[in-house]
Amino acid sequence: MSATVTQAASTRRVATDAGRARRRRLANLSATLLCAVATAIVLAALISILATLVSRGIGGLHLSTFTRMTSPPGSGGGLLNPIVGSIIQTLLAVLFGAPVGLLAGVFLAEFGTGSWVADVVRFVSDMLLSAPSILVGLFVYLILVGPVGHFSGFAGAMSLAILVIPIVVRTTEDMLRLVPTSMREAASALGAPRWKVVMLICVRAARRGIATGILLAVARVSGETAPLLFTSLGNLSWSVDLRAPMASLPVTIYQYAGSAYDDWVQLAWTAALLITAGVLIINIIARIGLGGRDST
Amino acid sequence: MRAALFALSAGIAGLLPLVPGTAHAVDITGAGSTFAAPIYGAWGAAAKSTLGIALNYQALGSGAGQNQVMARTVDFGASDAPVASAKLASNALLQFPTVIGGVVPIINLPGIAPNQLHLTGTVLAGLFDGDIATWNDRQIAALNPGVALPDIAVAPVHRADGSGTTFVFTSYLSKVSPGWKSNVGAATSISWPSGAGARGNDGVAAVVRNTRGGLGYVEYAFADKNHLTTVELKDAAGAFVAPDLESFSKAAAAADWGSAHEFAVDMLDTAGAGAWPIVSTTFVLLPINPKDPARGAAVIKFFDWAFTNGGDIAKQLQYVVLPPAVQASVRQAWSHVSGAPAAVR
Amino acid sequence: MSRERPPLSGSPTLETAQPSGKLGDWLFAGIAWGCGIIVLLLILGIIAVMALGGSHALQVFGPGFLVHAVWNPVVNHYGAAAPVFGTLVTSFIGLLVAVPLAFGVAFFLTEMAPDWLSNPIGTAVELLAAVPSIIFGMWGFFVIVPVMAQDVQPALIDSIGHAPIIGRLFSGAPFGTGLLTGGLILAVMITPFIAAVMRDVFNSMPAVLKESAYGLGSTRWEVMRKVVLPWSRVAVSGGIMLGLGRALGETMAITFVIGNSNRIGASLFSPGNTIASLIALEFPESPAGSLKLSALLALGLILMVISFITLACSRLLLRELRV
Repeated sequence: MSATVTQAASTRRVATDAGRARRRRLANLSATLLCAVATAIVLAALISILATLVSRGIGGLHLSTFTRMTSPPGSGGGLLNPIVGSIIQTLLAVLFGAPVGLLAGVFLAEFGTGSWVADVVRFVSDMLLSAPSILVGLFVYLILVGPVGHFSGFAGAMSLAILVIPIVVRTTEDMLRLVPTSMREAASALGAPRWKVVMLICVRAARRGIATGILLAVARVSGETAPLLFTSLGNLSWSVDLRAPMASLPVTIYQYAGSAYDDWVQLAWTAALLITAGVLIINIIARIGLGGRDST
Repeated sequence: MRAALFALSAGIAGLLPLVPGTAHAVDITGAGSTFAAPIYGAWGAAAKSTLGIALNYQALGSGAGQNQVMARTVDFGASDAPVASAKLASNALLQFPTVIGGVVPIINLPGIAPNQLHLTGTVLAGLFDGDIATWNDRQIAALNPGVALPDIAVAPVHRADGSGTTFVFTSYLSKVSPGWKSNVGAATSISWPSGAGARGNDGVAAVVRNTRGGLGYVEYAFADKNHLTTVELKDAAGAFVAPDLESFSKAAAAADWGSAHEFAVDMLDTAGAGAWPIVSTTFVLLPINPKDPARGAAVIKFFDWAFTNGGDIAKQLQYVVLPPAVQASVRQAWSHVSGAPAAVR
Repeated sequence: MSRERPPLSGSPTLETAQPSGKLGDWLFAGIAWGCGIIVLLLILGIIAVMALGGSHALQVFGPGFLVHAVWNPVVNHYGAAAPVFGTLVTSFIGLLVAVPLAFGVAFFLTEMAPDWLSNPIGTAVELLAAVPSIIFGMWGFFVIVPVMAQDVQPALIDSIGHAPIIGRLFSGAPFGTGLLTGGLILAVMITPFIAAVMRDVFNSMPAVLKESAYGLGSTRWEVMRKVVLPWSRVAVSGGIMLGLGRALGETMAITFVIGNSNRIGASLFSPGNTIASLIALEFPESPAGSLKLSALLALGLILMVISFITLACSRLLLRELRV
């Protein structure tokens, strides 16, 4: 670049106004300091949360926690069925919700530009973000539980999927919009069809941000209790049948944390530790996987 | 992105072989009362091996238990509050009691030991509606001669979530205090005249523990297992009674089961000597015309087994079993259910 | 990270453009449209559930439903004012604290910290965004509430609690729970949410823009304020909306710390309730077909209207800024 020109320009300015330079340096310094403090506060919150979970939850972390089913107070139960139930329902939710959210985000960023339908969809998707999750559960209850006549793991997964969608829509659209138009034009100029341009160029370029959105969505739904209470209900024994009630960690926490029995309260904290650890580990692995390929 | 999706689908595919699931002899599903969840769970675990009936009971709350059994999404509902006869009839439901439990006030006052403080129902109502503002109020002092009551403000704490415990406790306050009945009333959640709310028994206990002068109410098992500071209440005969399984049993024995419709007996402030005044039973709601008669029969078999064999488990978990005469009339009532097993018919 | 130019030559499929691309295009556009429509139908379905269920309460109480601060299940009298107030106040406090915090974090990570520091810290912040909300609730109740009750609230009451006018905001019994605690927990929850989006956005900015500004002798702060922010305004607002959306509908975390009282208090310490937490607390004990259930669904509808208004305002605001 024309380094000499810019340097000359800035030298001239500094020379003409030393006081202004000091003010600018001061502004820069205080902004730097405040930002560092903000970061420290956020880090402190994370450390405090993790410390609380570990100190209260570690006591219930035995091998039997992973090999035994939930059982009545005082009989040495574990968390095997809620752990498996949570994994199944969360995976299914992402499997159904993320593609719909991703494609809806693509629709908003690439196809719907300017159309009123896209404006409406964008708007309602953001509204869906703030819909109380228990009402999403109620909606799924009315269409998937009431008519069928029994609770099911599938209904639980679907209510979580509805919560996944708007988060993925929002991040996908935002990230796609940041992909420079020149890239799209370059690809189209090479004769690539629109769908290839979008999926192979734009979505690839934006994949890190989109993955962040999906991971945020996983994090959000993995701790949701309210939509599961009235859809997958919970199950005291082993069941991976998607047509039957299915256990989950958040519902177990909800029911155990408030109980009178020490071992149940302990298991609730252990379950909280497990959910958080699980979500964090998925995040770290995904980050390493995504960050390592060709982004840096 | 694609790699992530691929990993996800691989994960699902790995789980697919498990999906058909293991079929039990009979799987029954129940939902409702949080109060009854530990005992139904414990009975379920014990009955699974001996009876071959696997019970999946989930604590959704009493109101939800009623809703779900009326929508027939569960095999039985469980509720701490009885359902009115007309509603039972229109929804073709049979209502029967299973176990009895007590609700106890808890306090946080420096220097006061468990069961040292004596209170009456009317004083309790005064503490919760804000009429009695400090712990050294003369109404409390009159009940506690010789006890050094601290000059601390009363901080009432109530359940924020709708709950059967609140229903029982406010029903008691309404029964003993006309002022409470006309100004506040009884329900699973009410408009509290003063104080703060907290979610669940644990929330109430934690806020009371954190607050000097705190006063709350919880299920007895919760107070007992967590060594909370309970109080003694005046029974209908005028003596002060401590909350324990014995005083709950006395209340159950003194209750007038004979004239109760659909077993909706009133056990609050009964006339029995030494009876704890805040005692209630929890109910099961069973469809008279179950979608699947085999499952309806399994529910009956399950509770039949529990009445005969579940007494010790109940005691361990701080519940009181029904008096034998009541169990007998419940067994009689089961015969109304179509497909009820012959043994109990 | 994103200073990278996405690889064009790395896509082998580009050169194989064929007539079949037309059909592919048509199909793909159709699927994308379909997914957009699914989102639309979902929200319409949810709104329909609330509108149909809530219409009974709205008919019984009329417009008074909005302004009555009564929630009395015993006499079946319900009003939405208290939970609406609680929702707005906590979300406002949450955003007020979270936006500067999130901006600070994102700025620190993208412009100030060296790579060896920004990568681990960035991951840590994103991990905080990944902590499920029920965990925030438990942490808030067992860690933050006691601190608020024993240290923060008494100190605030003693220092500014006696000041005229503003003092009323900091008065009342220090239960530890309440609107302020609820707002702060929300802030901690949504800060990393907003920061994660801001960071991705700042990182996606073409490096050449920033480099030219630095080349002209701008300080980091000036580059951020005059180059990065204007460029990324829309996406950053998107991130803030994401945070606000989560704050408005947040249920479990708030339920633990808000104090759960359906009254309107002038003090930031007074226990309150939000729409979402009231629905979660009361829903399981509401008989089907009851007026109470109807009132809860009507509350849900009001929450949708609030989020509609917030979104509409932010859209208008952005349009103004663009001119």
